[in-house]
Amino acid sequence: MMQTRIYQKETNRNIPKLLKESLRDLNKSRFLAFQLAKRDITAQYRQSYLGILWAFAPPLATAFVWMFLNSSGTVKITDTGVPYPVYVFAGALLWSIITASITSPIQSTNSGKGIMSKINFPKEALIMSGILKLLFNTSIKVILLFIFIFSYGVGLSWGLLLFPFAMLGAILVGNTIGLLLTPIGMLYTDVSKIISFSMQFLMYITPVVYSIPETGVMRTLMQYNPLTPIVVVGRNLALGLPLEYTTYFLIIFGASIPLFLLALVFYRISIPIFVERLSA
Amino acid sequence: MMEQETTSQINKDVSEPKETLVEVTGLSKKFCKDLKTSLWYGVQDLVAGYSGNKEKRELRPKEFWAVKDISFTLKRGECLGLIGHNGAGKSTLLKILNGLINPDEGKVVMRGRVSALIELGAGFNPILSGRENIYNNGAILGFTRKEIDSKVEEIIDFAEIREFIDMPVQNYSSGMKVRLGFAVAAQMEPDVLIIDEVLAVGDLGFVLKCFKKIDTILPNTAIVFVSHSMPMVSRICNQIILLEKGVAKFQGQNVSSGIDLYYNKFSTNENSQIVFSDNSIELKKAWVDGVIPTNKIYHIPWGNTINLKFKIQNKNLSNIPFISLAIYDKEQRGIAEVLPENQDLNIIENQDEITFTFQLKNIYLSKGIYNITFTASEDFGYNVYYKIHKAISIQMEHDKQIWTPFLMDSKLIDIRYY
Repeated sequence: MMQTRIYQKETNRNIPKLLKESLRDLNKSRFLAFQLAKRDITAQYRQSYLGILWAFAPPLATAFVWMFLNSSGTVKITDTGVPYPVYVFAGALLWSIITASITSPIQSTNSGKGIMSKINFPKEALIMSGILKLLFNTSIKVILLFIFIFSYGVGLSWGLLLFPFAMLGAILVGNTIGLLLTPIGMLYTDVSKIISFSMQFLMYITPVVYSIPETGVMRTLMQYNPLTPIVVVGRNLALGLPLEYTTYFLIIFGASIPLFLLALVFYRISIPIFVERLSA
Repeated sequence: MMEQETTSQINKDVSEPKETLVEVTGLSKKFCKDLKTSLWYGVQDLVAGYSGNKEKRELRPKEFWAVKDISFTLKRGECLGLIGHNGAGKSTLLKILNGLINPDEGKVVMRGRVSALIELGAGFNPILSGRENIYNNGAILGFTRKEIDSKVEEIIDFAEIREFIDMPVQNYSSGMKVRLGFAVAAQMEPDVLIIDEVLAVGDLGFVLKCFKKIDTILPNTAIVFVSHSMPMVSRICNQIILLEKGVAKFQGQNVSSGIDLYYNKFSTNENSQIVFSDNSIELKKAWVDGVIPTNKIYHIPWGNTINLKFKIQNKNLSNIPFISLAIYDKEQRGIAEVLPENQDLNIIENQDEITFTFQLKNIYLSKGIYNITFTASEDFGYNVYYKIHKAISIQMEHDKQIWTPFLMDSKLIDIRYY
């Protein structure tokens, strides 16, 4: 059967149907997504001397800053249960995954802007390639985390086997937030700016570099912060600490799945609108 | 409709009844002139879009119709030419046909595999090699890895850049990039092909190659072709739409008429232009003997013999100059040279003004406007004194509209049946 495409104003906004199309395109464009990710990763490392080191740099920098603040006595950190360097690196690593996941959809879509206005291809591939790039960068960072775990003698735990699950959670939640913001973020550059700006502050009300205090307003903020369970569960699994916030984590994770699919549908609807506004 | 539904597989047999592949009805699209406003409308459209924006679209402040009420159908094997000035709405229409943006009114139905040659080499990364970029570009155009694997050698040969295929694309010349891009795109086997100006770049060899490729796929494909090159349009198109400010000013099978209208949109009333003078002579007057010009243009029936008159003022020449004429068409292509016989180049005896009369016998230029360039020199092709473009403009009259510059005088003189 010859494929028939119809373009008109009164497009049917049947969400299940749109979602089906979106998922079909996502599946169809696996090779394209892989190729785009491969292209960007290869190009990035081919033009760089330090290469892969740059993937480690941001979480390492955060970790070192806080290790210094702690060891020099500038900041007094309550006991974290494991050696502080491992604790802070694991936290910074998870945080960097979340941040990268939130910015990924807008970044990928922006980089595909030139092609989108010229060629009709499944745009879901851009999101997918963003996720593939995230997975690649994340796995590199995790190797470094292992080095930390071993060199500080934390030792392996069964929880480590579940750690990839927590990482996926971080990527999924981050991507959902990012993808929901992409339609408006493609029209206004303010959105990307607001994201990177607010992530700096959000880090301090998330238990990234210090644990949740026993009392006070900070405790309340952290307890409600939806990013808290992702960092806490991820780190506790990696370092073999007793699990906390598991229910909250599962709720956030579970809620992200339908939200992500909904965001995909919105994304699909919005593409012609921003292609028209940006490149016509 | 029945006919289309029975076409259950993509049938490449030319002898099959040709099915309609593109149906466009009442298509309109509006754009905004101001970016800030446009972005805000974008936000409104996003919100409206999620709930299914079914309302009739009216122009909001600062908006205009970029494409208005366009309809056409295209069958397999047909080629539609879209012509018009810059900003007439051609590319917008292509974007809607390609599904990149949604129409505000009307409907587009596209059947079969649609490909667009709008930007060659989309997705190329400058740092990566040509070979790697074949995979990137191919993936964007919808090829699978297997398909590219099997075609990669063919693509490299077609692009004729085997020697440089592992060099970063950033070191390619622009022509090489275009070649590589086209070589990948040429592997597509579309039912509907959309071409926008891409063939304008590249050297002659490349353009010829593109046409050869298009000629081979044309019988199995419906093509929408946008170009400013009228010879290209008339070469491959069998119907034409002339767009002006988003509206179809001309639409039909008579490609030549459409092209003629397009030409007429450009101002023809420009004055003559002196392009060289060493101040030894000056052209005072130039006209066609016995013909009264309308709007400075002399109308001449096809096949007529005319006398061209040129009056010059001599300033310091001692010999009569050699006069040659050149005829240019509307695209400023030189199409004929006139080297009048019997020029003796005698010594000038104190005459100030000289009038030349040249006879042009049986002018078989095809219908349209032509400009005559006047050149005075010491002798043929030697030491030019004076050269002026558009010394005379003539309009050939004939009932046949053709796009080539000459319509030869011919007739059937014999026919036999065996």
